[in-house]
Amino acid sequence: MDVVIKVENVGKSYIIKHQGHSEYTALRDVIADNAKAMFRSAGNIVKRSPPKIINKKETFWALNQVNLTVNKGDRIGIIGRNGAGKSTLLKVLSRITEPTKGRISIKGRIASLLEVGTGFHPELTGRENIFLNGAILGMHRSEIKKKFDTIVDFSGVEKFLDTPVKRYSSGMYIRLAFAVAANLESDILVIDEVLAVGDAEFQKKCLGKMQDVSNKEGRTVLFVSHNMQAITNLCNQVALVRKGTIVQVDDTSKVIRSYLMEETSREGEVIWVNENRPGDSNIKLNAIRILDQSNQICNNYGSKSKIKVQIDFDLFTLDNALVIGFDITNEDGIILLRTYHNDNKPEDWPKFQLGQNSIYCEIPGELFNNGTYYICPKISLHRIKWILNGDPLLSFDVDLDHGVSPLWTSYDKVNRPGFLAMIIPWKIS
Amino acid sequence: MIDKNLEFDLIIEPGRSEKNYWNDLWRYRELFGFLAWRDILVRYKQTVLGLAWSLIRPFLTMVVLTVIFGGIAKLPSDGVPYAIMVYAAMLPWQFFATSFTEASNSLISNSNMLTKIYFPRLIVPSSTVIVNLVDFLISFVILVGLMFWYNLLPTWNFFALPIFLILSVITALGAGYYVAALNVKYRDFRFIVPFIVQFGLYICPVAFSISNVSEKYRLLYFLNPMTGIIDGFRWSIIGHNYTFNIQGFMISFVMIIALFVLGLWYFRKMERQFADII
Repeated sequence: MDVVIKVENVGKSYIIKHQGHSEYTALRDVIADNAKAMFRSAGNIVKRSPPKIINKKETFWALNQVNLTVNKGDRIGIIGRNGAGKSTLLKVLSRITEPTKGRISIKGRIASLLEVGTGFHPELTGRENIFLNGAILGMHRSEIKKKFDTIVDFSGVEKFLDTPVKRYSSGMYIRLAFAVAANLESDILVIDEVLAVGDAEFQKKCLGKMQDVSNKEGRTVLFVSHNMQAITNLCNQVALVRKGTIVQVDDTSKVIRSYLMEETSREGEVIWVNENRPGDSNIKLNAIRILDQSNQICNNYGSKSKIKVQIDFDLFTLDNALVIGFDITNEDGIILLRTYHNDNKPEDWPKFQLGQNSIYCEIPGELFNNGTYYICPKISLHRIKWILNGDPLLSFDVDLDHGVSPLWTSYDKVNRPGFLAMIIPWKIS
Repeated sequence: MIDKNLEFDLIIEPGRSEKNYWNDLWRYRELFGFLAWRDILVRYKQTVLGLAWSLIRPFLTMVVLTVIFGGIAKLPSDGVPYAIMVYAAMLPWQFFATSFTEASNSLISNSNMLTKIYFPRLIVPSSTVIVNLVDFLISFVILVGLMFWYNLLPTWNFFALPIFLILSVITALGAGYYVAALNVKYRDFRFIVPFIVQFGLYICPVAFSISNVSEKYRLLYFLNPMTGIIDGFRWSIIGHNYTFNIQGFMISFVMIIALFVLGLWYFRKMERQFADII
């Protein structure tokens, strides 16, 4: 086997300062802190007492002991929860930040696409941005010229090539940006979550392009995504990242199954407290649970019964863009359905209030087939930002028991194909 | 061990990128060109007045300074038209001020590139200078006009101008590197830079002749790198009637090199952390 990437014992640490200051250091704070420290130590000298060392800094290992070997032509998916270290791993691989420990050896030219349209300038035209973005991604001018027509073709924005991209729709913008990146000539392509944006049709086109890239051209792909379907379609192997380290590398479906199983709660309920609550300055989640008809927390259902999903959260602002919902996936991470609180007519939406809220929805019975299903909450400010982006949280099992036909034998109950098992009436026409 | 490394094209490990830095800088030279090209396109696209802006701004500043310092305050101008004396200093000063300001802010304004793409970070502040060089050339047209108007013929000294221009590039870069790196860590430098530039206009001999500074302190005044550069510009443009202070220039020259080395050193020292803290 031809090894193209070898990651050995890689670690990356950050120093977290536990201070009440804002995100950025301001010079005035540094001066103030130093002055305080000086007075403190001066005071200590007078009192002849040993100076107190207040260590507010803490080392946080975003990556630790990461090992991975990638062979030529591999398409490796990287999955894991938010904050598990996937993005840090890609950043280290792309040389954006240096590892603190360990070594990575790479054979061939590596191109990374951690964001679509990095360096796009809104005032410049599509044509100008193709050149600029290509150069930023490491292409030579001659290469961009050679690929120009392919890029334009792929993006489908040829009519607007000489329009500033600030007038583009977000879809056009993303298409153009992806088109540039997809036509990079590299041996290894590193891609982060870029397909989370863009419409379904274009996503399909991109996935197809990436498959081509790896199958026909023998290029190696590293692909981070929350979208298990995309991972399943594209990757032949998956690496699971948990708490800064790669815990499993194996066949795609095996790893996805164990990720879903091991990273979710089987308790039928997840409760968060204080600073662990997911959310942002608009919303903080308190709990999510699945309940049966008698409002008992339950994770094992007969297919006959309805399943109630309840979400508790605190609101700090009333934003109309807030969208709360979840996906239900099967064991392979394939999304069976998605529901949002505002899928209905506006007058039927639940009315939120500031402070505590608790909303629920009922998934009808006689719907699911046998199996284990996962609930992946998706909360966002619509088209602005994700607050929770579909990490699986809860699992529940369904036993097929709603068959009324004498022909639904016990064998049939276990082996009926399909994700869904609705009973659909048949009539003579 | 050595053979094992040869098999691979790229090794990433702590401290490694340091070793390849200057090579990488050369390899990414096209990116430098593209960033400069982007800045030029954007500069002249966004404003209604476009190119004209680069002419109006220095011209009006020159008029105001000439009227106030030459006309009202009646400061001496060593026997040359006050307007020319002011404008000869305005050219390098304007160039320095805008280059320094833009280089200082360049890392912050390109922060999304810094966190998403690898390249030697030195490219970002360095490339901002190019658009200001273009601006400089445009403003130069006014100087030519002024020389016609006052019937001032260029002398051989004129050919020394590029040397002093290069020195102002080095000064702007040195100061720019330093403050750009500081800016990533301490955001309040954004507010300090405009101050420096505002004060600088009066601290540097832009609106008045260096001969206004008493003999006793004159050499001390050349500790300001821009003093030497402005003196050089005036000497190149005005010609034989102007006495060039060689001693002073040497002092400024040392300061320019020191500033550049300091800026570059600090930038390189901080560079590895940029992506983590920006």
